[in-house]
Amino acid sequence: MQFTAMILSNIEVSPGYWRMRMTAPPECAAARPGQFVMVRVNGAIDPLLRRPFGIFDVGTYTPVQSGAVPQPYLEMLYRVVGKGTAMLSTLHGSDLLDVLGPLGKGFDLAAAEEEKLIVGGGVGLAPLYLLAKELVKGSKVRLFAGGRTRDDILCITEFERLGIECYTATEDGSLGECGLVTEALLRRLKLLRGRATMYACGPHGMLNAVAGIAAEHSIPCQVSLEGYMACGVGACLGCVTQGHSHSADNPDYRCVCTEGPVFESGELKWGE
Amino acid sequence: MKSTIKPATKPDMTVNLAGMKLRNPVMTASGTFGYGEEFAQYVDLESIGAFVTKGLSLKPRAGNPTPRIVETPGGMLNAIGLQNVGIDAFIAKKVPFLRSVDTPAIANFFGSNIDEYAEMARRLDKISEVAALEVNISCPNVKQGGIVFGTDPECAASVVSACRAVTNKPLIVKLSPNVTDVVVMARACEDAGADALSLINTLTGMAIDLNRRRPILANITGGFSGPAIKPIALRMVWQVAKAVKLPIVGIGGIMNATDALEFMLAGATAVQVGTASFINPGAAQRIAEDMEAWLVANGVADIKSLIGALET
Repeated sequence: MQFTAMILSNIEVSPGYWRMRMTAPPECAAARPGQFVMVRVNGAIDPLLRRPFGIFDVGTYTPVQSGAVPQPYLEMLYRVVGKGTAMLSTLHGSDLLDVLGPLGKGFDLAAAEEEKLIVGGGVGLAPLYLLAKELVKGSKVRLFAGGRTRDDILCITEFERLGIECYTATEDGSLGECGLVTEALLRRLKLLRGRATMYACGPHGMLNAVAGIAAEHSIPCQVSLEGYMACGVGACLGCVTQGHSHSADNPDYRCVCTEGPVFESGELKWGE
Repeated sequence: MKSTIKPATKPDMTVNLAGMKLRNPVMTASGTFGYGEEFAQYVDLESIGAFVTKGLSLKPRAGNPTPRIVETPGGMLNAIGLQNVGIDAFIAKKVPFLRSVDTPAIANFFGSNIDEYAEMARRLDKISEVAALEVNISCPNVKQGGIVFGTDPECAASVVSACRAVTNKPLIVKLSPNVTDVVVMARACEDAGADALSLINTLTGMAIDLNRRRPILANITGGFSGPAIKPIALRMVWQVAKAVKLPIVGIGGIMNATDALEFMLAGATAVQVGTASFINPGAAQRIAEDMEAWLVANGVADIKSLIGALET
């Protein structure tokens, strides 16, 4: 669905990373973890296309005026990477946005018993918070957050408030362990003797590593991908990613916006 | 309080395009509207004049490697590479939906040689749910995706006559702007038996990532579309409209009703909305509604009176 959202807040949570809350119709606030929205930053022709953003959180808030009833809201966490997101970061409360969504296939929450290991890096943490909120209702959940520096480790307090144990690692050692967060993930997997389900969203290198770990330990793993897309509804075919059997002679492309953005890691082709 | 304003009479929005009566001149452009079904939840398909499918080929095509699209100021480049389900899957999976919609569905198609073009035309001709054919002789993104046929008037004429020989459905030829003189191409297609011409397809362009010293698109070049190309498209529609008798479908950067009406003044009988549907999936419907509102506001009773009505 397409709707006009009013921005409620737009805050820089870490250098270059912003968290925006906006009003949303009830249908959008019922979004499943892993779904995304396409946002038009303004009505002009530059930037021309909408930008896709993972849904960070949904909930209800009560407006300040007396007698107000709780209203649904939607939150997204985004990184300023170009002109569109730079303009988005200059918007304020009560500004209006044109939003399309929720779109795409979200995470499959899987069976409750097994421990759920969530792996995220940088802005890849965006769709994982709503997922964590759902998962903690039935399972033990651990978060593994990695980044280049401490600035890339976002909203950890929010995850901790859910009662989730969080591991952090940074490549420069400025927060948590020095190195890649997959090291901590591997240690946990060893303790669990591979009885776990994994969920990941982050830079390609991180997803590639997590998918490799999942394959090696035969653990179910879902990854949420980013795609450069024009429409978000399966028409432009710009955002495709390679399926596991893809080759030059036997092409296998999947549409990130409609067949994803969440895929079983085994469905996709990964680098060596 | 009684209104003193007389209710405006509803203007006649219908146009005739090569024998098809369209409820209004607004169509959707190939490659921007899937096979129609994808947009049913965003657009009342029965509020637009017609819709055009993603370009179809005999065999399914996977398309180009990624990145396939990039935005540039006022437009976007795409190099999808004619990814499509192929004619068999189109018939099995997409045609049943077309039956449920009371709006002409136009099949866009291409081939890698003249025989394939003719075979596609022959097979599409048998599908009663397909109201008309749009021949793509102008895709810039694959070596054999049509542009060879779209830049040489003799090649274009042989494709058109081969298709003409096997179909009685309206045959629309989609022209490339990547030529020295679009009028030469238009005349060649008219002489070869086309019923209408649609123009323009995308302009070949490219974008570069300075820091990586690499092209942004995996295909290096792509087709440029969006509001930035509208002046070029308007000029070509105007040139072709003066030179041929065939009805013209104007395409190129149409974002709103004003743009669409300008194309009609330049000589277009109908228009196609492309990139705008990516930004607002409901764009085509909105444009049709706004065009009607403009006619009402300006006391124009029949939209057909605007076709080619440019005063120079």
